[in-house]
Amino acid sequence: MTHDIKRGVSLYSFQNDTFLRTMSLEDCIRTCAEIGAMGIEVVGEQTFTGWPEVGMPEAEIAHWHALMERYGTTPVCHDFMLDYKRYKGRPMPFDEQVASVKRDLDFGARLGMKYIRALVSISPDVLVACAGYAEDKGLKILLEVHAPLHFDHPWIIRHAEAYEKSGSQALGFLPDMGMFVHRFPRVWKERFVRNGVPQHIADFIERAYEDRTLSEYVLLDVQQMGGTGPSIAMAETLRHNAAFEPKRMLDFMPRIHNIHGKFYEMTEGDVEYSIPYDEIVAVLKKGGYQGYICSEYEGNRWIEDAHPVQSVEQVKRQHRMLCRLLDQPIPAALLA
Amino acid sequence: MMDQHMLCDDGFQNVAEGSQVTGFALLARLPYYRGLGLSMVEDIAVSVDGQAVPRETVRLALRGRSWSLDELESCFDEKWNFGEKAQVVVARTGGLAAGPHRVDLAIRYRVSYLPFVPTTRTGRVITLAA
Repeated sequence: MTHDIKRGVSLYSFQNDTFLRTMSLEDCIRTCAEIGAMGIEVVGEQTFTGWPEVGMPEAEIAHWHALMERYGTTPVCHDFMLDYKRYKGRPMPFDEQVASVKRDLDFGARLGMKYIRALVSISPDVLVACAGYAEDKGLKILLEVHAPLHFDHPWIIRHAEAYEKSGSQALGFLPDMGMFVHRFPRVWKERFVRNGVPQHIADFIERAYEDRTLSEYVLLDVQQMGGTGPSIAMAETLRHNAAFEPKRMLDFMPRIHNIHGKFYEMTEGDVEYSIPYDEIVAVLKKGGYQGYICSEYEGNRWIEDAHPVQSVEQVKRQHRMLCRLLDQPIPAALLA
Repeated sequence: MMDQHMLCDDGFQNVAEGSQVTGFALLARLPYYRGLGLSMVEDIAVSVDGQAVPRETVRLALRGRSWSLDELESCFDEKWNFGEKAQVVVARTGGLAAGPHRVDLAIRYRVSYLPFVPTTRTGRVITLAA
């Protein structure tokens, strides 16, 4: 099956810059366009001030579309949140959750998106109840399959079964490549050492990860080595992260419509230190994936205590890598 | 995330009503990658020079409105936006002496998809404007 893999960016990648107001929305969009990453994904509640509690004025939507036109970029996905814990001590009622997702579908449609992203903890019943509304809007709702969950987890299987039973093509998946952490990220280890993990314990945990040792065993070992606080926290990352198999995406390919190109560290050699993008892209090609890989830089939170966060440089390196893996010409802005 | 950016260097000042200094204020950002509805901001703990201030003396102020920490729980029509500087106002007769103070800040917020309720902390010496 012929693949059609396109490059995009989730503006989540530039969060440190937008948080500190050193990059505007236009700066983000221009940066993406310059590096040929023409698909734009946003976390609505990050990019659009006030959404959803306060609504969204038409002028902001018009500004968004003007930027898309000015830079030739394409709206891809609005990552919605659905705060079902909005009320302290009681979950949001089902009907209210459905109404909330429908408002995000409306918002996604106003932004010209093709997809809205559902967080992995949202109930399949809520999403199925919104499928018809999504179809009417010409949108799909994509569940973000994200570590520690993965495509063989019963929760994801339950979602998949519910989507099949619904008969709707408006429900699908958005895998986050953080499921495929094949090597303990160097930026995590360095941060934990700065947080006080003794070097020998950090080395031990890293080696246990390479050995694929069950996290529970590692936790007990670290306790018995005298590990406390930060050492336990480092060992616990093994409960929430794992080296799952990219090829598990193949069974779900007909419902996979967007991808989070999660990364923690792009090296100077344009390689992700811990996530095997060569293997991932090969699987996506084999599966005939048609859609975007949207960069999602998340090394920021691991280095910000000690190093300047260089979001744009990191995203550029990832896109040089993607150009190479996708046999695409490298745009001039990436050659420098 | 954004831990060190929670507490701002600017905006640390005494506040007055008429000629009476009624407390002090500092500027803070929510340490999160998106904005959050105020009902999900559970606590803002402030301590100055190692002394915790009583919870009931703390208010959060945004764009001309303000809430006690208990009032936040039932506010559903406003949010602390991504990267937005909010004023954290602490009632204290006479305020603080001008000059450097060690300020510690801990914000607890409820996030629907997390299997725990995170608290993010930061602290450093900042200077109260004269």
